[in-house]
Amino acid sequence: MLPWIVFAVLIALWQVASNTGLLPPLFMPSPLSVVRALQALWLDGSLVEHVTASLKRIVPGWLIGTAAGLAVGLAMGIFSAARAAGVPIVSALFPIPKIALLPLLILWFGIGEPSKIATIALGVFFPTTISAYTACDSVPRNLIRMAQSFGLPARDIVAKILLPGAMPGIFAGFRISASVALLLVVAAEMIGAQQGIGAFVLTAGSLMQTDQLLAGVVMLSILGLLVAWGLGMLERAVLKWR
Amino acid sequence: MPLHVERVSHSYGPVAALDAIDLDIADGETVALIGPSGCGKSTLLGILGGLLQPSVGRVTLSGQPPADSLNPFTYIFQDFALLPWRTVEANVALALEHRPLGAAERRERVAAALALTGLSEFAAAYPKQLSGGMRQRVGIARALVVRPAVLLLDEPLSALDAQTRELLMEDLLRIWARERSTRVYVTHNLEEAARLADRVVVLSRRPGRIREVVRIDVPVGDRGRPEHAALLFEMHRRLWSLIRDEAATADREVQPV
Repeated sequence: MLPWIVFAVLIALWQVASNTGLLPPLFMPSPLSVVRALQALWLDGSLVEHVTASLKRIVPGWLIGTAAGLAVGLAMGIFSAARAAGVPIVSALFPIPKIALLPLLILWFGIGEPSKIATIALGVFFPTTISAYTACDSVPRNLIRMAQSFGLPARDIVAKILLPGAMPGIFAGFRISASVALLLVVAAEMIGAQQGIGAFVLTAGSLMQTDQLLAGVVMLSILGLLVAWGLGMLERAVLKWR
Repeated sequence: MPLHVERVSHSYGPVAALDAIDLDIADGETVALIGPSGCGKSTLLGILGGLLQPSVGRVTLSGQPPADSLNPFTYIFQDFALLPWRTVEANVALALEHRPLGAAERRERVAAALALTGLSEFAAAYPKQLSGGMRQRVGIARALVVRPAVLLLDEPLSALDAQTRELLMEDLLRIWARERSTRVYVTHNLEEAARLADRVVVLSRRPGRIREVVRIDVPVGDRGRPEHAALLFEMHRRLWSLIRDEAATADREVQPV
């Protein structure tokens, strides 16, 4: 309850500061005007249009990056040869800010959607790979030894011990990769897009429509909260033993 | 089944862990292995179960394990080694799922093992909902469900508090009266050895050698009786005198960095 009260008080203070002229509306619009901007965007359909445009990049990008990251990360967790080959490459490429590769990806895939989706997929791939193989590593060795002592074949050890044991770590990675995807979609849309929340926020800023700009930021934070909530639900359903 | 350990030696690189262990264990016998830390008792248990290949020597069973024994050498672990995402029932079933058994027989065996360990009403619980004692009962049920020829117990009670340990010792004796495995029980607890074992093998340190084999000449079922208390006390004292000095040396040892 307390966090909600604190939140409400902060918003109220902000509104009061705007009403009394303490905050100039051009630089910091009042909460009410942000709500009105959101309402207008909802009514003329542009809110749905921009959110949909962003989701059409996030969802395929995240899915492709996650699928590839899980495949590579789990292979590195299961096979020591894959690990020996993969760890140096992944460690070397992981620190590259993936948005820096967008111009290259535009050269490869064109200015349209594929280059943005590829940027998101690349950004998601690395944290997913790393969380998948460290999650395999964190499965207690004594469980593997137990399974060996009961004569479980190697593929059963993978399916029944390693993968379920790695699930909590993989889910923790999903939370990270979802926020990476959100970050990259905004960045990619600011560089070259007509539609999408990132493009909308950039345009609003250059037109000094700060109420529109903040409305876009609110959309992003709601989107982020919804994704986190959905992942939390999925995690509780899959990992109910915790 | 009778188990024979013939001239087993084992080294980890240049470090000799076991030296020429010879031991014959009779069918249905319980043998405790005790000794100070560093005596190689866990190494010997690993070799018995086939998790480790001895550098020299061999371990053999007399005859074929019975057909219903699905995993002739089966462990019970100190840390239980349960899968937290499986229920009690599914943890026990894990030992059978990869074996060619009909679904009905599998269910029947799991139910029998749960009943024998007093777990029937906890079948649907997850390990984290259970006390340490109940968790180890799951470990015991998982071992029994394969009907082992040789049961290998690796300090099975040392993660439990003293009262739970008492209860589990009673349970083990009750269960062992009803099944036919040969048992090797590694412990550092002399009381467990004196209560549960027919013979106690005392190992010395570095490399592990058999220092003495002590037979406890009271049937395990009668050891709770007051008239045997003096004898068991004497046994306990004798075992302690055999390992005391080396345990003190082990206690004062500083590990290399």
